[in-house]
Amino acid sequence: MAHYLSIRDLDWPLTVTALAISGIGVVQIYSAAHGTIWEDAWWKQIVFIILGLVMMWVVAAIDYHSLLGQVFPMYGASVVTLAVVLVAGTRVFGGRRWIPLPGGFRFQVSEFVKLVIILLVARFLTDLRSDRVEARDLLKLGGLVGLPMLLVMKQPDLGTALTYLPILGVGVFLAGLRWKYLIAIGLVLVVLLPVGWHLLKDYQKARLVSFLDPDRDPRGSGYQMIQSKIAVGAGGIWGKGVTRGSQTQLRFLPVPHTDFIFSAFAEEHGFVGVVVALSLYFILLMQIIQNAQTAPDRAGMYICMGICALLLFHLLVNVGMVVGRMPVTGIPLPLMSSGGSSILATYMMLGLVNNVRLRRFVN
Amino acid sequence: MSLIPVEPDLERQQIPSKPVLRDDPKFASGKIAFIQYLTVGVFVFLIAGFWELQIQNPEFYNERAERNRIKALPIPAPRGKILDRDGRVIVDNHSSYSLILSRENLKMEHLKDIAAGLNLDYGELVAHIERYKSRPRYEPIIIKEELTPAEVAFVEAHRDPEFFPEMELIHAQRRLYPQNGFAAHLIGYTGEVSEEELDSPEFARYNPGDIVGKFGIERQYNDILMGVDGQRQVVVDNRGRERDVLGIKEAIPGRNLQLTIDLDLQAVAELAMEGRKGAVVALDPRNGEVLAMVSRPTFDPNKFAVRIRPADWKDIASDPDKPLFNRAIQAQFAPGSTFKPLVALAGLESGAIDDQFTVHCSGGASFYGRYFKCWQKHGHGTVSLHKGIVQSCDVYFYNVGNRTGIDKLAFYAEMAGMGSRTGIDLPHEASGTVPSTRWAARTYRRKWYAGETISVSIGQGALTVTPLQLAAAEAGVAMGGVWYKPHLVKGAKIPAPRTWALSPDNVQKVVDGMYGVVNEGGTGVRARLPGIEVCGKTGTAQLASNEFLKGKTAEHLKDNAWFVGFAPRQAPEIAVVALFENGEHGQLAAPIVRDVLKAYFDKKARLIAAAQPKPPVLAPVPTRPGENISGAPPTSAQ
Repeated sequence: MAHYLSIRDLDWPLTVTALAISGIGVVQIYSAAHGTIWEDAWWKQIVFIILGLVMMWVVAAIDYHSLLGQVFPMYGASVVTLAVVLVAGTRVFGGRRWIPLPGGFRFQVSEFVKLVIILLVARFLTDLRSDRVEARDLLKLGGLVGLPMLLVMKQPDLGTALTYLPILGVGVFLAGLRWKYLIAIGLVLVVLLPVGWHLLKDYQKARLVSFLDPDRDPRGSGYQMIQSKIAVGAGGIWGKGVTRGSQTQLRFLPVPHTDFIFSAFAEEHGFVGVVVALSLYFILLMQIIQNAQTAPDRAGMYICMGICALLLFHLLVNVGMVVGRMPVTGIPLPLMSSGGSSILATYMMLGLVNNVRLRRFVN
Repeated sequence: MSLIPVEPDLERQQIPSKPVLRDDPKFASGKIAFIQYLTVGVFVFLIAGFWELQIQNPEFYNERAERNRIKALPIPAPRGKILDRDGRVIVDNHSSYSLILSRENLKMEHLKDIAAGLNLDYGELVAHIERYKSRPRYEPIIIKEELTPAEVAFVEAHRDPEFFPEMELIHAQRRLYPQNGFAAHLIGYTGEVSEEELDSPEFARYNPGDIVGKFGIERQYNDILMGVDGQRQVVVDNRGRERDVLGIKEAIPGRNLQLTIDLDLQAVAELAMEGRKGAVVALDPRNGEVLAMVSRPTFDPNKFAVRIRPADWKDIASDPDKPLFNRAIQAQFAPGSTFKPLVALAGLESGAIDDQFTVHCSGGASFYGRYFKCWQKHGHGTVSLHKGIVQSCDVYFYNVGNRTGIDKLAFYAEMAGMGSRTGIDLPHEASGTVPSTRWAARTYRRKWYAGETISVSIGQGALTVTPLQLAAAEAGVAMGGVWYKPHLVKGAKIPAPRTWALSPDNVQKVVDGMYGVVNEGGTGVRARLPGIEVCGKTGTAQLASNEFLKGKTAEHLKDNAWFVGFAPRQAPEIAVVALFENGEHGQLAAPIVRDVLKAYFDKKARLIAAAQPKPPVLAPVPTRPGENISGAPPTSAQ
């Protein structure tokens, strides 16, 4: 039975909320970056948002079951691309994360790999056809997610690599994880923690240490966190106004238009602005969960919940970092932070959510 | 409205279905609900973070944001210039850059590189910063002044956040002292106030890092010379670049100070003392203004301008000649024969002798069972008052002193200002010693030995004076008993002089004797100036007894040479004292005084000659000390 998709059937509350958040983001990018070399970031962001909307529609249009059918080739292509980035990518801020594209744009592969991981987890767990995840399956799926994670970590981009984990975690949790496995995983993590600490780069260790005690090295790795807390606190209830935040404008706040955009926002818009913005994110997440609940099948549910988990993780780590409740990791705030790859990937995820929603009555 | 055809769902049909499994998400609704609660929890956690920062502690963070943003940079106030009596600049300021460290940004591990870049000693730098521990953190520390262009370039290149953001350059006015230690003891020097000084009441009101006068005029008149530092409140960005100025409190510059010193005379005196040890003081008997003051050896106050390098300090402090010692006011030596005019005056005034008193000198005389030699071992024959002074006959003055008695001698010496500080406006002045029976009893709890009086009569024994005291004493005698307090700052209110009603006749006799010393073939012919009635007296003061000196020729045990002189004979305008340490004979100090007197009168003549007063030029290079002025007859006798 062939039928047609209508734009009218999109999840409009979801889309409008996402656009509202993006709009706040554009204003904040303008405010934080005017007068700097990133002065044109705000209109580039608008271009990417429009491009993101188009991609959202494209992703929504192709039935997610077709996408799930192609997930293994996509996965293979992702791993190969990540390996290529590692060897030949553009070095920025000491990491290889980007593939240069003609026209001066750079393509951050690890952002788009998130989409593939979401589909991969959904496909894998659906294919189990069971209400229980066995140890063998867990190891297999862990390995599949672990390989791109390792490649991204090598870039090195620990933050982005970690964002793949909640997709896996929530998927496995929903698919039915036995308590004994949960305990086993916990034990393995405890054992691996010292090993992992050993594998961390010096700056990563310093970030973790200064998260626990930021005043220990106020000029070094603790600096960003201290300055962010100062910016947020100085915002007070009502904020200092657009382009009026001294921490943001005088650049005491590091990268106030990308990773620390929410800190700049909190300084200039205060607690009231923060509550409004976080409420929008909350509506967005609840809308995604609602789509998961009304998904036509398990695969759709896994996709929506994977996206929810990923966005929630981003929010927790990024905004938590801004208020000093999470260590400094360079991951962007979805929909707000300046950055084409992040914006496109996020809108494509919302496209997947719409994809599932559009097919909820097809059964 | 765009419509896109949906492809048939082939994929799903290919998956073989297990009948037991429901393929809808209802099976996980409980877990999804759990994740919903988890999401709510995350949001509460985040909102709580903002609540804590923005609602509970906004003032705390606002203050820290302000402190990030606003920096208070000091504007150092330039010190006042020091000028000579004609308004010529002796001490000036010059522009320089200083480096300050802001301790809010300070990272101790940067210090090593900063020290290397600025040619500082690492250990000293750390110690210097430690000293500021007790001060508020926003107070910056000055770690180096007088940066060279290369050092300024180093700072400019490395003050980014990636390197050493704690470095800040400030523009400052620095002290510029004359070269070669010219008038160094008189002017003194400035330096950073030390910890010990901060504990003393004199310096208690200063802050660490303040540059204050430490010696000489710089110290004595620090309050006038030192200005009040200003402050600039500026908005800076994270790189320390100024974005905006919030307010400026301008520095109040220190006031200029005009001295009584005449640069022309000072230059002549400096040159005359070049390579020698000793002091020269020239003053105006009519008001106590000090016209020149030299002490040798000297030091370079520029080395002290901020913080003396330890190596330089060691050099200066360990020099056996004590270059920091201001001999003009601190050296206490026996005046030797220069004391004789006062002895003569004391004898006449006290009535112990009259102007007809004569003595036969056979090269020595016995008093109280001891033989006292005259410097002229063949004797002077019959010696009158006038001849006694002119020939400086020791035997004559042994008798005068013996008749006058020690307490009368002490009375007139003290009246002339000996034995106590003159009160000149310089720190660390010494008082000298005037021995007397009371002095012996008070200081040594012993009785006075009559033989001591004989030694004191020729300016030896326990009697010591400073060059300044001698100059002031002589000036007062030349004025007929009017002693003005010596002072160095022009325009200050001159306190009423000490006066004593000396008999003009007696004064005239003594002054005539001193005229004879210079002009009648006496011991001071080398101080003769054609056309000027110069009066004077030589002095050759022993540093140790003849017995002790037997067979010893050490340089530092050689006799000190003194010369006191004034001119003109009537209505004196200038009095000069020269001390030439280890100069062996007072004759050798006479040309120094002559040079200064000549400079004074040459200048006076030039000023009168000039139809319109022009700015005075430096006096011509004086004749070498020891040389005769053309026309003066060569001397062979004392």
